[in-house]
Amino acid sequence: MTTAASPRAADLRAGDTSARVGAPTTKAGKLGVWVDERTGLAKGASVMLKKVFPDHWSFMLGEVAMYSMIICLLTGVFLTFWFVPSMGQIPYEGSYLPLKGITMSEAYSSTLAISFDVRGGLLIRQIHHWAALMFVVSLSVHMFRVFFTGAFRKPREINWVIGTILSMLALIEGFAGYSLPDDLLSGTGIRAAEGFMRSIPVVGSFISYIVFGGAFPGEAIIPRLYSVHILLLPAILVGLFAAHLILVMVHKHTQYPGPGRTNDNVVGFPLMPVYTAKAGGFFFLVFGVLTLISALVTINPIWAYGPYDPSPVTAGSQPDWYMGFADGALRLLPGWLEFEIFGFTLSLNVFLGAILLIPVMYTITGAYPFIERWITGDTREHHLLDRPRNAPTRTALGVAAITAYLVLFFAAGNDIMAIRLQMSINDITEAFRVLFFVAPVLAFWVTKRICLSLQRHDREMVLHGRESGTLVRTAEGRYYEVHEDLDPYTQWKLVSFESPAPLAIGSGKDANGVSSKAAKKERRRAKLSRFFFKDRVEPVTPAELAAAHHHGEHEAIEAPAAAPAAIKRAKQD
Amino acid sequence: MSDKGLPATFENPGLPPHVHRAADDDPRAAKRAERQVAGLFTLSILGTLGFIVSYFAVSNSTEVFVPFIGKTNLLNILLGVCLAVALLGIGFGAVHWAKTLMSDEEVVEERHTIGSSDEARAKAAGILAAGAEEAQLKRRPILKATGATALGLFALPLGVQLAGSMGNPTKALEESKQTIWDVPKGGKPIRLVRDVERTPIKASDVSIGAVFHVLPETIKDSHHVLEDKAKAAVLLMRLHPSAFATDDLGTKAKSWGYEGIVAYSKICTHVGCPVGLYEQQTHHLLCPCHQSTFDVTRDCNVIFGPAKRPLPQLKITIDDEGYLVAPQGFVEPVGPSYWERKK
Repeated sequence: MTTAASPRAADLRAGDTSARVGAPTTKAGKLGVWVDERTGLAKGASVMLKKVFPDHWSFMLGEVAMYSMIICLLTGVFLTFWFVPSMGQIPYEGSYLPLKGITMSEAYSSTLAISFDVRGGLLIRQIHHWAALMFVVSLSVHMFRVFFTGAFRKPREINWVIGTILSMLALIEGFAGYSLPDDLLSGTGIRAAEGFMRSIPVVGSFISYIVFGGAFPGEAIIPRLYSVHILLLPAILVGLFAAHLILVMVHKHTQYPGPGRTNDNVVGFPLMPVYTAKAGGFFFLVFGVLTLISALVTINPIWAYGPYDPSPVTAGSQPDWYMGFADGALRLLPGWLEFEIFGFTLSLNVFLGAILLIPVMYTITGAYPFIERWITGDTREHHLLDRPRNAPTRTALGVAAITAYLVLFFAAGNDIMAIRLQMSINDITEAFRVLFFVAPVLAFWVTKRICLSLQRHDREMVLHGRESGTLVRTAEGRYYEVHEDLDPYTQWKLVSFESPAPLAIGSGKDANGVSSKAAKKERRRAKLSRFFFKDRVEPVTPAELAAAHHHGEHEAIEAPAAAPAAIKRAKQD
Repeated sequence: MSDKGLPATFENPGLPPHVHRAADDDPRAAKRAERQVAGLFTLSILGTLGFIVSYFAVSNSTEVFVPFIGKTNLLNILLGVCLAVALLGIGFGAVHWAKTLMSDEEVVEERHTIGSSDEARAKAAGILAAGAEEAQLKRRPILKATGATALGLFALPLGVQLAGSMGNPTKALEESKQTIWDVPKGGKPIRLVRDVERTPIKASDVSIGAVFHVLPETIKDSHHVLEDKAKAAVLLMRLHPSAFATDDLGTKAKSWGYEGIVAYSKICTHVGCPVGLYEQQTHHLLCPCHQSTFDVTRDCNVIFGPAKRPLPQLKITIDDEGYLVAPQGFVEPVGPSYWERKK
């Protein structure tokens, strides 16, 4: 360092130091010092860079969502350079011959230009669309992972709510986006959306008028959807996403139960270097796969649909997949839900499916952690995940909800099914109507039974070990199979869970025998607790294992008889 | 169950012993991994170069046949595949590097309760209380009241600007009930013209079983073609007069038509999609969006699906030259239901 010896050192005020001992000499090091002197980043960075993340494939799902969103933002910026958000009608003069001379909106014409005249424009457009589809898929599956492992429990309830809002906004953002090209298919979607708005009681037609700036289609909707799609919603999405990530940092990532993992630690690899390479590399993998798909598989070929015109329509009109469930709900809701009261028309057949369904679904989703916490009365922090089988009722509820969603989703394909399967569309629709109510109940029951069976299987495994396949003949001529004990690490994974007992159901009366509101509430809570926990399998205890070992000395090929006793069914009187 | 001094639950056995990877112990394996990672990065570089070469060298309009995919744009394939190689090369390279050469020994980080300590909470609450005290919030309620009101109201101008600039919805409601089929008092009946060609239709042109997509002749003078079309689109069919139901509905449908030719609004009464699919044999109209099914022989009443109301019928007849005309507009609003539809 030359600074210390420079003549200017004399200009320093008392107490100032000119250079620190061990100051970096490399260029990167000097740049680091320059930045740190102006930001103080080094303090936080050293904590951040050493932050430990646990490893599991299911933790990548949220990453896929994050990267898909970033890819959407990136490719979206490109698209804005060429897309013209205008419904002004012009004759098409571009290079796609089948549409030459046809009158269309500037939005549609510029989307054709992106697809045919801008070199590489089609690729960017397709990456944008595929990334948007991938975004919704991955964030949904990420939500499933979080739900089924109980990762939404304290202290992560707020992040669950943020994620729920993100998920809902992603649907709206997607709808706004695929409506922009103003092609026949998306225009039909906007036409339907106008019908949805009209179904809102009292204010529906005003809302439609305000949104469309007059009569449908008008010239306002595409420019307005454009600012919603590229400015308003992305700003909210990015803001909430940043909050989502910050909370992940604050909470530290959850981890699956396993040897060495406790509720008070996090076991994994540090951000620097392992996760920088792995997660950074994974961004390129997601981007690369989306690019490959976009190179090989056409998505939304708007040139085949033609410009929007309110009169023609194509058979098999369907929205993008994530709006399918709402479309399916509309197909299933019967017409008799529309009726008149005091001369006013109430179209519940539309309103329930098109307007209410999405907010109601997301409200229930967002409220779930609070409901479960109230029922279980569990106020502890949870950083160790549940294996889905170890929370049978929650898992079953989740599968039931997904089943109801899937029924609606597949109902949106009732016309395609009728054609492909040569079946009556009426029968298919009626079947879906029944399934919507029956299938979730069945799914609940089956899932819960499967979870309990898996838990019993875990018990068996711990108590009797692995079947070694080695048959031994005793001196008396009896045969038995040797079972190998589990190693303590594998065993720990199978025994380290909680199996809470249901709360006792009270009489709904307080200590003085007077029925009170509070006591009744407790009674309701205990009933729900019973619903949650009445069927349960307890983890093996060391004493049980010791007993099983003792028993095992005489173990014959016949199945051990101890199993049924292990399953406790809470009896309430 | 007797416990014999056994603990109630199992003990966490702690982290399992670390298993070394090939590259941890064998320098040759490490070298191999290094070569693989470098190879993947090189592949990425080649992909980038390939992208740039394709961008400048390949025509935008060349089509190629790709097995399993069909005829497709060559430039899109080349750019996409090259970019994918460039990205996947980096991705696989980095992940492979992390998995083979970077440490795979697990690190344990302790967690701490998320919430702050009681002292920290008390301190924060104290600062808030002291701040409120210092601002004299309690002593000067008028500041509190006016300040809160001002804050509550300041968004109002923005709201007023937005809502006020939206136009006059009451007028729009009236307009939404009109279509360009409406004949002014004493005006001439409006001819039906073919959608797209816009040529008038003679009754004799419509054979039994035929379907025409129809607009009013007045569409040519329209300044808002799409808006007018969105309400005025009509589907015209000819049925054998005996095909109509013999009840009131069938009789009305037939009497509003001309020799079995009937015209109905094409805008679905569910959410407004064009009801574009006509089943000639069953005389059913099907909406492709949500499969509402309307029975033409019974005045387009709903026989299946989510729609409630029948499609509004357009009364038609012929003029002196034998062309189909509509002497009056629709007698009810077309399209989806809304709150004040009946008012």
